This record gives sequence, structure tokens and C-alpha cells, in this order.
Amino acid sequence: MIVALSIFLITIGSVAFHFWSPWWWTEVASNWGNMDDTILLTFWITGAVFIAICFFVAYCVWKYSYKKDRRAEYKPEDKKLESRLTWATAIGVAALLAPGLVVWNQYVTVPKDAYKVEVFAYQWGWKYRLPGEDNILGKTDIKYINDENPFGLILEDPNGKDDLLVDAQELHVLKDRPVKFELRTIDVLHNFYVPQFRGKMDMVPGIVTYYWLTPTRVGDFEVLCAEYCGTGHYAMRGRVIVDEEKEYKKWEAKQITFEKMLAKNRKNDNLQLVKKDK
Amino acid sequence: MSKKKSIFQLLTEKPWEQDQIEADNEHQGQTVNLTKQKLGLRTLMAASTVLFSLFIVAYSDRMLVHDWRNMPEPWLLWFNTGILVISSLVFHQTTKYAKNEFFDKTKNGLYFVGFLAYSFLIGQLIVWYQLMNTGYYATSNVANAFFYLFTTIHALHIIGGIYFWGKTTSKFIKKSLKKEEINNLIDICAVYWHFLLAVWLVLFGLMLSS
Amino acid sequence: MSDEYEHKLEAKSDYAGDASSVSTPDIDAVPDAELPDQELYHSHSWWTTYVFSQDAKYIGIQYALTAIGTGLLGLVLSWLMRIQLAWPGLGWLEPSSYYQFVTMHGMIMVVYLLTALFLGGFGNLLIPLMCGARDMAFPYVNMLSYWAFVVAVVVLLASFFVPGGPTGAGWTLYPPQAITAGTPGYNGGIILMLISLILFVAGFTMGGLNYIITVLQLRARGMTLMRLPLTIWGIFTATVLAMFAFPALLVGCLMMTLDSLLGTSFFMPAMVSLGETLTHEGGSPILFQHLFWFFGHPEVYIVALPAFGIVSDLLSVHSRKTIFGYRMMVWAIVGIGALSFFVWAHHMYVSGMNPWFGFFFATTTLIIAVPTAIKVYNWILTLWRGNIVLSLPMLFSLGFIVTFLNGGLTGLFLGNVTVDVPLSDTYFVVAHFHMVMGIAPILVVFGAIYHWYPLVTGRMMNETLGKIHFWITFIGSYAIYFPMHYQGFVGVPRRYYEIYDSPYIDVSTLLLNKFITIAVLIVGAAQLLFLYNLFASARLGKKAEKNPWKANSLEWQTPQMPPEHGNWGKEPPKVYRWPYDFSVPGAKEDYIPQNQPPSEIIGAKVEKT
Ligand code: HEM
Ligand SMILES: [Cu+2]
Ligand SMILES: [Cu+2]
Repeated sequence: MIVALSIFLITIGSVAFHFWSPWWWTEVASNWGNMDDTILLTFWITGAVFIAICFFVAYCVWKYSYKKDRRAEYKPEDKKLESRLTWATAIGVAALLAPGLVVWNQYVTVPKDAYKVEVFAYQWGWKYRLPGEDNILGKTDIKYINDENPFGLILEDPNGKDDLLVDAQELHVLKDRPVKFELRTIDVLHNFYVPQFRGKMDMVPGIVTYYWLTPTRVGDFEVLCAEYCGTGHYAMRGRVIVDEEKEYKKWEAKQITFEKMLAKNRKNDNLQLVKKDK
Repeated sequence: MSKKKSIFQLLTEKPWEQDQIEADNEHQGQTVNLTKQKLGLRTLMAASTVLFSLFIVAYSDRMLVHDWRNMPEPWLLWFNTGILVISSLVFHQTTKYAKNEFFDKTKNGLYFVGFLAYSFLIGQLIVWYQLMNTGYYATSNVANAFFYLFTTIHALHIIGGIYFWGKTTSKFIKKSLKKEEINNLIDICAVYWHFLLAVWLVLFGLMLSS
Repeated sequence: MSDEYEHKLEAKSDYAGDASSVSTPDIDAVPDAELPDQELYHSHSWWTTYVFSQDAKYIGIQYALTAIGTGLLGLVLSWLMRIQLAWPGLGWLEPSSYYQFVTMHGMIMVVYLLTALFLGGFGNLLIPLMCGARDMAFPYVNMLSYWAFVVAVVVLLASFFVPGGPTGAGWTLYPPQAITAGTPGYNGGIILMLISLILFVAGFTMGGLNYIITVLQLRARGMTLMRLPLTIWGIFTATVLAMFAFPALLVGCLMMTLDSLLGTSFFMPAMVSLGETLTHEGGSPILFQHLFWFFGHPEVYIVALPAFGIVSDLLSVHSRKTIFGYRMMVWAIVGIGALSFFVWAHHMYVSGMNPWFGFFFATTTLIIAVPTAIKVYNWILTLWRGNIVLSLPMLFSLGFIVTFLNGGLTGLFLGNVTVDVPLSDTYFVVAHFHMVMGIAPILVVFGAIYHWYPLVTGRMMNETLGKIHFWITFIGSYAIYFPMHYQGFVGVPRRYYEIYDSPYIDVSTLLLNKFITIAVLIVGAAQLLFLYNLFASARLGKKAEKNPWKANSLEWQTPQMPPEHGNWGKEPPKVYRWPYDFSVPGAKEDYIPQNQPPSEIIGAKVEKT
């Protein structure tokens, strides 16, 4: 009796918790609201199964608890029942999978008009690079990374000259414009994750990974690293700010190009040389 | 036991039904008609095959990266391969001698196999020595690293084989086992020898072809 | 007695051509063994009896105690982590210690506790007994297997005492992070971890060989494969999986050891580690992940399948009812085992592998849900119209059904690529795998211990303590992990030492951490009760009668209980039926042991179905 009741209460409690606890996902800020929808669909289907099975167990425990003079039924199998259940499950599972695959297809297919942003991860922080006027990110190689060239851009590649280097933990993106994040790391695995955007992808040294999204509301969001990357993993935070066109332009204007940065460095070097000479 | 059943038939039996009960009561409790050592060896060979296959998969995947530099194949490797082939053949012959109870021939066969196995190992060591002398270190390129890794793992398998070969040979000479039992052991060692030859041919072929 | 039986037989027409027409005078004779009885090794000294024992029963107990001892360390580590998470302000753990604890906890629980306990512990104890063998096929190798495990554990623990401490790479040990400077224990601890795993695999292979050969070749006469209890099916299939999956771990460990010690570049790409350019070039971190999960996913089932098998038997015995759909259960075990080699990359949806793999692996993953669901249905249909005894093993089995169901269903979230994107690497994942491969199998372990304890010690464990233990453990761990899923929805990432005032996480989420930790500590305390019960009952427990649960399977039918060396006395048993003849219509008792000849059964008649 107590056992049956507890299982019953656990089920009811779980459902109640689901509906009334304050913990739920953050309000979505990108086009990936359909991920939330697939989660909800999954919740409905699996929730129904959970409740049905738990209630069934509770019922059995209550109804068929041991009595000395009762015999259990002797029934090794019931083919019909088993095959029905199998098919029902297969259909339920297919109903979950199909929308999942559809959305995944969208997730891995980047729209042609998406503009690119390089997210650059290191232990333990973020930097960003924008393609600049030519809309092409210059080629990079880890060999060339040094204080003057923190992104390791290949100097011979003309496309890199106008790249905007954002050496700060803060990135701005445009509202309602699809953006493709090209993810790069110079050391270990990381993962560029903004809870409100829903999207995620590991960054792997040696290759460039990507994902895309369209921000849908203006705001200031926290970036977290979602792939363990060593002792500083939990502190690897950044910010992404979704702007309307006007604010975005303002921010963009403040960023400096690779060429300018090199020039500035050279000037500094020269100054230092001059100082040393004295 | 007598009737061979497919796995499918076996798994669809209904053990609670009367006909099945009667059939089952005659069962001897053995699934396949092999000695436990033979089946054990097959199990190990299966696991070992998975191991080498995964190495090969890793090799093929890693090969595609631009920094891959092929390694030379010293002629000595061909020689060692030859030794391995001969040892396998000799072992095959030895099992036949053992079955026909040619004691001396079997004994010599076993000794010769052991000698060849040790020679192979020494030969492999010399190959290592030559390669290192000419600057092919494991660290200089990952192709070299794979070579050293493959040869080591294969050699460890051979060393395991030599251990069992030693036990078998000493039992054979002491005549401490019944005829079927000792022949069973000799057979097993021989099968293992063929297996390691096959593994080596695959690995060697892989390294040659890339 | 036999008259009565024959009389019954004649009464049934569809019985024609049955045992009574067999020409031998003894109607229920199983033909004499063609196979010689198994030879046994007999120990001569205290050392070879109790320490370097070759008797599978002892080895099983040794394995179990070693695994549980190591598991306790894993448990204590989890308390330390939970206290850090609940009261980050105390600052009593360094981030590096937190990560070391996470790693050791995860690895210990999965490999050194559960794998060793289910296969090494229950496998050794139950395989020979349930199959009707005198011992394992290769007792000496079996002993080596245990001692290799001990050495592996020692090496693992030794890593706490090397400079830099144990590795903090996470139990997945992903390179490059595992062997570069940003991770604790990157040049000492990790090497010991890899060596320990290599030893574990070597030891396991020796044990696994025994389990496979014993199940296949050394069964009692009359014991067909389809007459084996599901426990054996589960352990057997898990062993086969392990034999094929562990090589992948071995390959990964070996290559990473070389990367770390020699500086090769199997997995290590060119990189700048904390400002320093390393000499590696071209290696592929994703290759390691493929190898790891080619092992890691089957590993989940290596833990789950024995639990599935054991719980099936517990449910059947304690509801006095035939397991429902035995054949389906066997197929599901085998099917899940086979499929489990085709789903590994569902752990890598967002790993940066080719995203198109996602379609394939999501599909295979959801397919594997079908046989898993069938198992759940069959468990609950076993309860249906049963005669359910609410003994301790039954309670734990019910707890298993609820937690496994919960964890299995959240698996459908994570297996479905799209849903996995927002949830992966959050606390949703932590909650999911603890529910499904932490709590659920551990409840089965407890159930199994209460169930087979009399077989090992000849005494019963204390029922009242057991009940307290059950209620706290079951309700407590549900209270720990159910709310944790919702932290995952909020977006709290896993492997976070601290999630200080992030703008999107409100105070109540942090409050929830405190609640969870308190539940953890209470559940932890209940385990001390269990340990007390475990050890004290060996001396103080009520003497068990023979076959105390009235079970059918062979392990309870040995001439002595606990069984002695060689298990079966003079003559190994003969088997006349499957192990699920409970409540057979017409029979006087509600159980018929497997080795009971038909002539000794009062009024038995198994209906055709
Ligand atoms: C009630 C007992 C347990 C508690 C309180 C507990 C708690 C924890 C905690 C706090 C973490 C770290 C989460 C994070 O920071 O990401 C963790 C990780 C983990 N636990 Fe447990 N755990 C328990 C039992 C188990 C069991 C029985 C298993 C066996 C499967 C297990 C397997 C793992 C694994 C594999 C990890 C991941 C380690 C990693 O991220 O590298 N735990 N657990
Ligand atoms: Cu990180
Ligand atoms: Cu998996």
C-alpha cells in the first residue's frame, strides 16, 4: 500500500514539479525557438509514457500484492501484445525523431546571406574577428601567433588586412541578420555557448567548426564555455550584445583592422627603439 | 548436440513448451563442439582482431593529414616476414607430426618454431635499431610512431605466444598430458601462430601501401 | 509419486509421445554425461584459499569488496564536490581539486565500481552457480584477472600521491586538454590513469574470457542457452560487448600515453598551450573521441545489461511469476548489445565532427530505444497479475523501474540531435546519466546484494535496516536528480566549479543546489547504514533457510548453502526446465527448481501456451 502510494505520489510530484517549479529555460533570443518546440514535443510524449508506466506499476503493486492463497498467472508470453507495444513504441519514437532531424538539417545548413564572425577561444577567454569590408576572413596559421599578431593571420593573405580584430571579451551582433560563427581555438577544446541562443558547437584545435543563428531580440547575453577546457573552464565567460543596426555600426566603427594594428605596433616598436638608443 | 542449430533457431526456442523441454533435457550443456581452450583462443583472437582493426582505422584516419611523411621499408622487414611465414608453415607441419605421434619430429618442430619466433623478435629489434640510427624517431613523424606502435603490439602478441609455446613444449617433453590434451594445446599454439602471421601481413601490407 | 505423475500425463492428450514413452525405465532420466566432469583445482593453504583463490565464488566476493571499497571513495568525492557546488562561498576546494575529484569520481564509478562489480563480482559469483558448473573454465586466469584489477586500483589511487595529483581531465580524458598544462595532473596523474586503465582492460580480458567460455561450454546437462536465467544472458552479453569495446579504450590510452610521454602526435594538433607553442602537429582530437565513445557507449550497456538481467530475475522471483516474454527479453538484450556499437557518436553531436553524421546516429540511437522500451514493458507485465512479495529485492527492483524509466526517457531527449544541442554539456546530461547508469544500476546492485546475501553468507540481512536504506536511497536520489534536469534547462553547464552570479541564472537555481547537496548528504549517510548491515549481518543476521526466496535457478539448489568448493558435491546437477516455472498451474508449490525431475513434482503440468 505504502509502496504503491509512494510511486503514485512520485509521479504526481514529478508532474507538479514540472509545471510549477520556477526553473525553466531562458527566453529564447534566436531563431532556434524550434529547438524548444522539439523539446516540448518530447516532453509531451515521454511524459505521457512516464505517467502511464508509473501508474501501471503502482496499480500492480497495490492490486497484486502477496496473498498466500493466490496464485500468479502463468503466462510466458503474449505475442500479440508484445508486437503491438513494439509498434506503438516505434511510432512514438519516429514521431520524436522526424522533427528532430528536420531542425538539425536547418541547423547544419548555413543560409547564404549569413555574415561571418570568427570566434577565437583560448585558455581561458574569447576574442573575435570580423571579416571587414571584403567580407572574407583572412587565412590564419597557429605558427604565426605572437604578441604582434595575436590571431596568427598570415601576412601575405590580402584578405586579412581589413579584418577587424576584437581583442575584448565582448562581441556585438546584429538583430535579425543570420550570422555564421566560425569557431577556432588555439589550444584545447572549447565550446561557444549562449544559453539564450540555444546553439552550441565545440571548437577543435586544427579545424574550424561553425554554427549559425539569427538573433531575434536586443539584449546583453553571457557567453559560457561549454566544453571542459582545464582549470579555468568555469570562468571562461564573455558577452554577446545584440544590437539594432545603428548601435552595431557605432561599435563596428570603433574596432581596428589588422593592418592598422600592425602599423600601430610598428610605431610602438620604433618608439621603443628610439628610447633604447637614447 | 548432434543437430547443428542456427542462432536464429536457437533464440526462438520456447523453453517452457513440452516438446522443447524434452529436447532440452537431452542437451549436454555445451554450445559448440570445441575444447574450452580452442574456443578461448578464438575469443581472444576476436578481441585482438578488434584491437588491430581499430589501430588500422586510426592509422587510415591520421594518414590523411598533411603532415604525414611515409617511412622507408627496410629490406630486413621482408626477411622478418619470411621468418614468420616459415615458422607458421613449420608449426603447421608439426601439428601433423604430433597427430601421428612422431615424438622426435614433433619435438624438433616445436624447437624450430621457437627459434624462429625469437629470431623474428630479434630481427624486429634490429629494424628498430636501423631506423633510429637513420633518424626515424617516433617523434619525428606520426607515420614512424605508428610503425613503432604496430610492431610493439604485434611483438607483445608474439611474446605471449612464446610463453604458451614454452609451456606446451615443456609439457610435451615431460609427457605429462594425455595425447589428445597435448595435441589440443599444440593445435592451439599453431592456430595462434597463423593468426599472428595474418595480422602481420595485414599491418605490413598497410604500411607498404601507404 | 511417479505414479501420480504418469496418471496426470495420460489425462492430457497433447502429451502423447512425451517422457513416458521414452524407452528408459526411469522416465525423467537425462542421459549420463558424455562430457567428463570438470577438473578442479584444490587449494592447500590459507593463502591459496582466501587470498590467491581460484574459486570463482571467492574471486567474486574479492572483486565485489574491492569494487565497493573503491566506489566508496567515489562517493566521498561526490560529497566534496556537492558541498562546493552548494556553498561556493566557503571556497574550501580549489578549482583544480574540484576537477580532479570530478574526474576520479566519474572514472571510479563507471569503470572501477560498476563494471568490476557487475562482471567481476556478480559474474564470478553467479555464472558457475547459475550455469551448473563447478567453477570457471580457467580458474588460474580468473585469479590473475582479479589481481590485475587490484593493481589497476592501486595505480589509480597512487595518482593521488604523485606531484600534481590525479588527473583533472574529466572522465572522458579528451586530448589535447588531458595532457597539456591547463589541466591538473597533466603530466603525472594522467599517465597513471592511462596505465591503470590499460591494466584494467588486461585484467578484464582475462576475466571476460572465463565468463564467455564458462557460459558457452560448461553448463550443466540439460541447460540449454534458452534455459539460462536472464541474469546470465545480461552478464554474458555485457562481457561480449566489453571484449569488443575495451580494445578501443586500449588503443586510445596507448596512443595518448605516447603523445604525452614521447611527444608523438596521434591526437595532438599544433597548438599554443598557455602561451607556449608545442611541438605537436597534425593530430586529431576528434579521432580520440571516436575511439573513446566506441568504447564508452557500449560501456554504458556493459553496466546496464547485467542490471537488466538481474532485475528481471528479481522481479520474477519476488512476484512469484514467470518473467513475461522471456524470448523477447533475450532478443532485446542481444539486440541492444549489437546496436550499441552503432550509436557511439551521439555523444559527439556538437563535437565538431562532420555534422551530417548527426542524422545517422540520431536514427540509430532512437532505434535502440525500442528494444529498451520492450524490456520495460516486460518488467511491468511481469508484475501484472503476479503475487508480489514486497521483499527488499522487490522494493529495489521497483525503484529501478522508476529511475530507469525516467533516465531512459530523458535519453530520448539527448539522443535526438536537435534536442541535444541546447542540453548537451549541461546539468541535464549529468542528471540523465546519473539516473540511468548511476542510480538505476546501483539500486539493482542493492537489490541483488539483499537477494544473494544468504547465498554467500548463509544469513539474511536485516530487513528493517534494509527498508530504511531503501526509502532514503530511492526517494533521496530521485530528489537529487529529478530537479537537476531543470537546472540543465536553465542552462547551467556541467563541470563548472562555480556558477557565480551569471545574469541569466537567478538565485533560486543556486538555492536548488543547496537542496540537492543536503539530499546527497542524507543519501550518503544511509549508505553507512547499508555498510553496517552488510558487515554486521554476516555474524548477527538471522540464519537463512535453504533457498530462502523459493527461487528456481540453480544457484540455490547446491547441496550446501553457502555452496562449497566445487559447488555441487559429488554429482553436478541435471536440469529439467527453465528457471521461470513459478506458479505453474496444478503444481502444489508455486515454484519448481530447475533441477527438480518431473517425477518429484506434485501435480505439475505445464500448459502449452
Ligand atoms: C549519489 C551519488 C552520486 C553523487 C552525489 C554524484 C555527484 C556527481 C557530481 C557532483 C558530479 C560532477 C558534475 C559536474 O561538475 O559536472 C558527478 C559527475 C559524474 N558522475 Fe556522479 N554522483 C553520484 C554517483 C554516481 C554513480 C553511481 C555513477 C556511475 C555511473 C556516477 C558517474 C558520474 C560520471 C561519469 C560523472 C562525470 C564525470 C565527468 O564529468 O568527467 N556518479 N557526479
Ligand atoms: Cu571550457
Ligand atoms: Cu551513448
